[in-house]
Amino acid sequence: MAVNGAQIVIDRLSHMYRPPHGKPVLAVDDVSLAVGEREFLALLGPSGCGKSTLLYLLGGFLPTETGSITVDGKPITGPGPDRGIVFQHFALFPWKTVRANVMYGLKRAGLPRDEQEKRAQAFIDLVGLHGFEESYPSQLSGGMKQRTAIARTLAIDPEILLMDEPFGALDAQTRSLMQTELLSIWERSPKTVIFVTHDVQEAVYLARRIAVMSARPGRIKAIIETNFDRRDPHLFKSKPFVDKVDEIWDLVRAEAIKAQGTRST
Amino acid sequence: MTAALSGVAFRYLPIVILAVLWQMASEFGWVSTAVLPPLSSVFEAGWGLITSDDFWVNAGASLYRGGVGLLLAIVIGAALGIGMAWWRPVRALLSPIVEIFYPLPKSALIPVTALWLGFGDASKILLIFLGCMLPVTIGAFNGARGSERTLVWSARSLGAGRLRTLWDVVVPSAMPELLNGVRTALALSWVLLVASELIVARAGLGYLIGFMGDGGNYDGMFAVVLFVALLGFIADRLYQMAMQRALRWRE
Repeated sequence: MAVNGAQIVIDRLSHMYRPPHGKPVLAVDDVSLAVGEREFLALLGPSGCGKSTLLYLLGGFLPTETGSITVDGKPITGPGPDRGIVFQHFALFPWKTVRANVMYGLKRAGLPRDEQEKRAQAFIDLVGLHGFEESYPSQLSGGMKQRTAIARTLAIDPEILLMDEPFGALDAQTRSLMQTELLSIWERSPKTVIFVTHDVQEAVYLARRIAVMSARPGRIKAIIETNFDRRDPHLFKSKPFVDKVDEIWDLVRAEAIKAQGTRST
Repeated sequence: MTAALSGVAFRYLPIVILAVLWQMASEFGWVSTAVLPPLSSVFEAGWGLITSDDFWVNAGASLYRGGVGLLLAIVIGAALGIGMAWWRPVRALLSPIVEIFYPLPKSALIPVTALWLGFGDASKILLIFLGCMLPVTIGAFNGARGSERTLVWSARSLGAGRLRTLWDVVVPSAMPELLNGVRTALALSWVLLVASELIVARAGLGYLIGFMGDGGNYDGMFAVVLFVALLGFIADRLYQMAMQRALRWRE
């Protein structure tokens, strides 16, 4: 499924999850998907549907065994700074301060020390953490931790941003604030974003295209385009938005019920 | 400051009570002075000892053996533990060996190391190295195995190679458990050192205890025992302070 102009091409990808004890499970089943440059795509599905596995394959953290993934025509062979990742539970280095966390990737890139510091400060300011540079992650709230993680990833300027339920561990108010901020950052410097979530409203609000995944084994069930004026303060109550959320929610609900059923057996 | 001092004084009050009871026990003849010399004579003998060069030669010999043996145990033990966690072949090779030797009472090695290396420093260093390495190895191994995969992945996607990730993520993740293992090793090294010097040595604090005991100088013997206890206590306290500082990122 070669697609002209696509940056990421996933072609007939399957992945077997092998737990240390127990039977192998097919987590991703025959997924094909093309993502364009600077596109904001959401991977939406019930928990355990393999959407995070798909993201980890894109990150190069898991080996591609069946099928292929290419970025700019080149197959993925491992993790790399061209694909930044933000995890649900932040994955900050707990022994490093906010500043040292944000500087880490810049240090690995071999930037001169003063350049590292200047750039880290710019991204710390961007995510609103000015004044917390010398704090350790354990001293920060969940929202501030995730801001730090986002700054750390954005600082190395990856072409692709992989986000694994990044706001899933935050309270509702913080989540909504972070969603708006992510959009404004993305509008100022668009990157290709692949955003994994199980929250339908979040997907409809953030993404331009939503790939709905089925319950395990994860397949792409539908691809839905959305286009709303994100600056409209009443967007969440507007009829087209609510209808879109309902439409997608119907698709996801069936899968969520299936996922519950397969779990209890 | 005075509040802190009186806090410390209050905390160690039981020690003072114990000392008073000791003194009274021999003063009032509750126990024979041949079994338990009065604390005051022990202090007197202790003063005589710490003002003599001979004592410091022995103390120096013990600290040298303990320090070198422990340092080797920490460096090599930590490297083995982290290696076991990171490379499967290393784990396959070493974990049965670790499992078998971990429960062995390390004091059983005293005659073995003496047979190999004689009565001097080398046999004590080897003994402490062998005896103290496994707690460090196991601490480092458990700590390194527990390092979160998302932290490893983060480092990798921020541009760190595999070895770099080992150093930047796995080693610091292992640190809390590794340092606990070192604390166990520190206590164990002291036990092994004094025990081995008691049995096979011509110098050292353990040797001094045995020598004085055999010669009937019980005041001096008790003084050295107290000195050994004090040194162990100070070492543990200093270590805990250093550990808290090193791990201050954990709140």
